[in-house]
Amino acid sequence: MQQSGPPPPDRLTAHDLTVAYDGVPAVVDVTLSLPAGCLCGLVGMNGAGKSTLLKALGGFVSPAAGSVRLDGLPPARAQRQQRLAYVPQSEQVDWDFPIRVRDVVLQGRYGRMNLLRWPAASDRRAVERALQRVDLSDLAERPIGALSGGQRKRVFLARALAQEATVLLLDEPFTGVDRPTERLIIAVLRELCAAGAAALLATHDLEAIPDFCDRVLLLNRRLLAFGPTGEVFTQANLLRTFGAAPVLP
Amino acid sequence: MSTPFGNAIPLVSLVPLSLGRWLLEPLQQGFLLRALLLGSLVAVVCAVLSCYMTLKGWALMGDAVSHAVLPGVVLAYALGLPYALGAFLFGVGSVGLMGWIRQHTRVKEDTVIGLVFTGFFALGLVLISRLPSGVDLSHILFGNLLGITDADVAQTVAISLVVLVLLLVRGRDLLLFCFDPGHARSIGLRTGRLHYLLLTLLSLAAVAGLQAVGILLVVAMLVTPGATAYLLSDRFGPMTLLAVLSAVLATFTGVLLSYWLDASTAGCIVLVQTALFLLAAVLAPRHGLLARQHRRVSPPVR
Repeated sequence: MQQSGPPPPDRLTAHDLTVAYDGVPAVVDVTLSLPAGCLCGLVGMNGAGKSTLLKALGGFVSPAAGSVRLDGLPPARAQRQQRLAYVPQSEQVDWDFPIRVRDVVLQGRYGRMNLLRWPAASDRRAVERALQRVDLSDLAERPIGALSGGQRKRVFLARALAQEATVLLLDEPFTGVDRPTERLIIAVLRELCAAGAAALLATHDLEAIPDFCDRVLLLNRRLLAFGPTGEVFTQANLLRTFGAAPVLP
Repeated sequence: MSTPFGNAIPLVSLVPLSLGRWLLEPLQQGFLLRALLLGSLVAVVCAVLSCYMTLKGWALMGDAVSHAVLPGVVLAYALGLPYALGAFLFGVGSVGLMGWIRQHTRVKEDTVIGLVFTGFFALGLVLISRLPSGVDLSHILFGNLLGITDADVAQTVAISLVVLVLLLVRGRDLLLFCFDPGHARSIGLRTGRLHYLLLTLLSLAAVAGLQAVGILLVVAMLVTPGATAYLLSDRFGPMTLLAVLSAVLATFTGVLLSYWLDASTAGCIVLVQTALFLLAAVLAPRHGLLARQHRRVSPPVR
């Protein structure tokens, strides 16, 4: 990250974003902006609207009010231009699906391929690089159902890597994951952000947040606090977020 | 259902028949060879699609669409139009109506499917009893593979080719849509269109399949081969191949069985498919009952 010169461009912005399901608001009036290089933690109780916010930012649910921009583009256009990588919660994946690790990662390249989705040499190289980066090259031929919890997370991280997107949205990437895998995921995300991407990840791992997040967003349907980790990630704010003081290191 | 030929032989006399005669004698009959070839083509088309249906969890949808085409078939015959056209319009129409009711009422999806397809099917029954269409209800309900007309053969072949070409071109996107629609959207694929493409393919395959085994059993063609293959493979390519092989094998065996037993062709084909599924369920190397039992007794050493 350069220290002088123009400020880094905004990768992800939302203005007064409100999302409702059947008229019941799930996320209300969220305004945020993540510049290039920013790794932001999204923290809140279960049911606070974290997944909903991520889905609205990714353009998967249309907001009741407000707007979202990825790299300055509306979500639909950003999707078509391969700006967005979304890593779903593990529970949303059908692990019995008859598909190999390598083929899941290859799906990250579909948007860059021709209509028939025949991979070019560059696509294959990107897949192998991504597999290598998350330490899954040896398991590339395995069906996804044969993987452990941590390996499963790494498959979807590899897919996001292969996509070469500029905005990453990750829903609970650390649940059911061992410490080495968590460290690997964090290292990969930091690399991506250092290279100019921005990432927003929902997590329950409060302990790790000060170590790797530049910013934190505290959510309980409304945005409670958003800013640099040092300023925002305080005992008082967490008390407001969770209604009780969680144990902080 | 009786087949249009009078060479039925008692079941016991099947035993001394040599395999050669069992296979060769029927193949010398022109209509039977034609039934085998057309039945195999339909089996291939339905089997490939059945892999998507199994993975997407659309078996009930397949059942619904195949029933809902009945009024379309009857109307098309009455108006002198290609039956495939009528069937296709009503198949897609039923899906549209299901979607509309689902979105605009609080009724749950399986209920909506159940009530829409029975409504369409009932409309077909009323139409067939009132319209002088010359349609034989039993042929539509149970299939008429052995007595199929040239015009119907042409239509079925055309439909089958359309489905296979569309699957060849859009198959990878459809598979991604089945596996992870969220990711499909995030890379800019229009998942709404993929949804309707898959439904269109389902309607078309149901139309082709009903030629072979009739409306009542076509869902077996659209589900069973995929389910059998799903037990046998953890990769989509081999799964598709196994589904096709099992469906073609079932068609051949079923048609020959129906010839020698003088029994319902559709019934025989589907019965063999079901038998193949049960075999796979017990014997499949990784996901079969025996393999699971074996693993429980002696956990695998890594």
